[in-house]
Amino acid sequence: METLIALLAGALTTAGIWLMLSGHLLRFLFGLMLISNAVNLAIFTAGRLSMGRPPLLEPGGAPAPEMANALPQALLLTAIVIGFGLFAFALALTIRAFRAFGHLEVDRMRLAEPEPAEPELAGPELARPEKPAGAM
Amino acid sequence: MRSPILGLGARFLLPLFLISSLYILLRGHNAPGGGFIGGLIAALGFAILIFAEGTAAARRALKIEPRNLGGIGLLCALLAGFGAAPSGGAPFQGLWLALPVLPLSTVLLFDIGVYFAVLGGVLTLIFALEEGGDA
Amino acid sequence: MSWIVALPILTPFIGAAACLFLRNRRGSGWISVLTALVSLGLALRLLVTVMENGVIAGQVSAWPAPFGITLVADYLSAAMVLITAIIGLATALWAMAEIGPTSARLGWFVLFQTLLGGVTGAFLTGDLFNLYVWFEVLLISSFGLLAIGGSRKATDGAVKYVTLNLIATAFFLSAAGLTYGATGTLNMADLHRAVAEHPDQGLMTVIAMLFMLAFGMKAAVFPLFFWLPASYHTPHYAVSALFAGLLTKVGVYALIRVFTLIFTHDQGWTHEILLWCACLTMLTGVLGAAAQSDFRKILSFHIVSQIGYMVLGLALMTPLALTGAVFYILHHIIVKANLFLVAGVSRRLTGGSELAQIGGLYRAAPFLALLFLIPAFSLAGFPPLSGFWAKFLLVKASLDAQEWLVAGIALVVGLLTIFSMTKIWAAAFWKPHPGGYEPVLTQLSLRARALMLGPMAALALMTLVIGLMPQPFLSFATRAAGQLLDPAAYIHAVLGDKQ
Repeated sequence: METLIALLAGALTTAGIWLMLSGHLLRFLFGLMLISNAVNLAIFTAGRLSMGRPPLLEPGGAPAPEMANALPQALLLTAIVIGFGLFAFALALTIRAFRAFGHLEVDRMRLAEPEPAEPELAGPELARPEKPAGAM
Repeated sequence: MRSPILGLGARFLLPLFLISSLYILLRGHNAPGGGFIGGLIAALGFAILIFAEGTAAARRALKIEPRNLGGIGLLCALLAGFGAAPSGGAPFQGLWLALPVLPLSTVLLFDIGVYFAVLGGVLTLIFALEEGGDA
Repeated sequence: MSWIVALPILTPFIGAAACLFLRNRRGSGWISVLTALVSLGLALRLLVTVMENGVIAGQVSAWPAPFGITLVADYLSAAMVLITAIIGLATALWAMAEIGPTSARLGWFVLFQTLLGGVTGAFLTGDLFNLYVWFEVLLISSFGLLAIGGSRKATDGAVKYVTLNLIATAFFLSAAGLTYGATGTLNMADLHRAVAEHPDQGLMTVIAMLFMLAFGMKAAVFPLFFWLPASYHTPHYAVSALFAGLLTKVGVYALIRVFTLIFTHDQGWTHEILLWCACLTMLTGVLGAAAQSDFRKILSFHIVSQIGYMVLGLALMTPLALTGAVFYILHHIIVKANLFLVAGVSRRLTGGSELAQIGGLYRAAPFLALLFLIPAFSLAGFPPLSGFWAKFLLVKASLDAQEWLVAGIALVVGLLTIFSMTKIWAAAFWKPHPGGYEPVLTQLSLRARALMLGPMAALALMTLVIGLMPQPFLSFATRAAGQLLDPAAYIHAVLGDKQ
């Protein structure tokens, strides 16, 4: 079972990285979501997988042997909640970027770091950058 | 696009969503559920109304500015954090009012705070996106 | 004890809740200042308590460690909390003169407070997963603060900042999950023991490298710094100053904490990598700055370069080097925030930040020129100022460790920093304004001048005091480094006698 989940996490990561390399902001975010789900699965597996034995106690009951560890599930829940918040914000930002630029191609978002070929207003006494420094 | 079926449906669905969100909020202490998922379900009810009838109708149904809702939630959660201070407890320590039928606690207050904070936060975001302003 | 540690974290959130209700500019601005003042008082009390009692720990909800969330304040944490409160107060005042009604309505001051709360929480927590939560709190707040700038440029910067930081978050989370899976604990003090005793030391090194990636990205260490110069020059100037002062330093703090307390089992590997990353960070940062011609972009690249010095102190792991790193962080936060605030005033007076388009500031405002000179020379490491002592300690430490090349790089980077600072000085202050008009300080209203120049002067004064009377600060940093190198007191404060 653990092997299966590990393989699934690996597959999700692969797909996520492939999407993130596409250079399109929305696909990048989808890829990131896949990767964060892969991470969540990894944490989930760290808490021992046990079919049909939730880490909940009946009143007065003793913990069953081989019960799943409750803490990774709590961590996971927190991580999902936080991931949800981050993703909601990232999507809102994406919509805004689309409204501002009319496209979502990351390579063409050069407003904050303009290409050196664009006419800059630098005077002759100032060295012009050779490369687009810090370009991603 | 305005669909009369969706609009009518949303008016029936919203109370259902709100009631089930409250149920999930309150059962959350000893069973799966809680403030976060409850708040999301309540926000979902309003989201359907927004899609069906637009933001103005949803604002009328909500009656309170979603940001204030978030502020109330944050205050409730903080209040729960300070609850144990007068009796010398630690931050966020649970205090229980042992009534025979209704176990009230600062833990529940914290969960209610989370409920309102999530509802307010999600609705603020949805309203901002729908109205085309700054997110 | 719990409350003394918890209150500095809770206070900004109370302020945030109040700002949520009061969305007008004046009201939430003054609430921010008030909250920052209270935070400053609480941070001072925390520092005094720590200096009297040694490391103090508090358990949230009174769950005993290592099962609950632990808050710990040692010398380094308490000093970081204090400096956060100082920068918070300075920016809160400064922001009142910059933040317009639209930004205030969109919740600028709310996010400002939650950011400060997140930073304080990250400094005080003693639990890895809780550290993750605080990172996310400050990350979401910083996303909002970046985007609220409103211009298309700010959106562009925010996209890059958000996407790259989300990747770092995924690394952090997977590292925390693996740590728990391998050791069964996330309490940092408990991890000190668990990692050392773990049978599979190779796995521990893998996890350590994941943490290094995650925190290195937050700290903007080479080769993970690209998001910083892409975004720091786009938002409001108050946001730039806050980010420049505090955010990357949270990453450096996390690196220091994790690599002195938890992962010290394989220093020949982890700290060697940190050492070379530190050197390359210093070099790329300063060379990147030399190629720029925009006030804020130059300063942004210098953040990267200075981060290298702090990581250098951690990488060497000697008492003197760690003293230097602690001293460097404390001095740098004040200096860097102040420089961005100067850039903000310069923008208000001259109408631009591109060096070719501005000028004439020396004639317009000699006092502003002084306020620039003090932090700029301190950044470059001129003798009577705070930066000199910080650089001196680190260069001495690398010479003691016989890392001649490292010491040489540190010195050369200092020289190149002077080059960048004089470039700004010559272009913005000495050169006449190319537009032909003469900027004058009275363009700003009396209120704006008081709100902007007051905090800047206070920060510059602190730089002077640290520089002219370094002894108490040095002995403080020495003791902080001592606690980092020998975490017995930290572990005892958290776990008690049951270790």
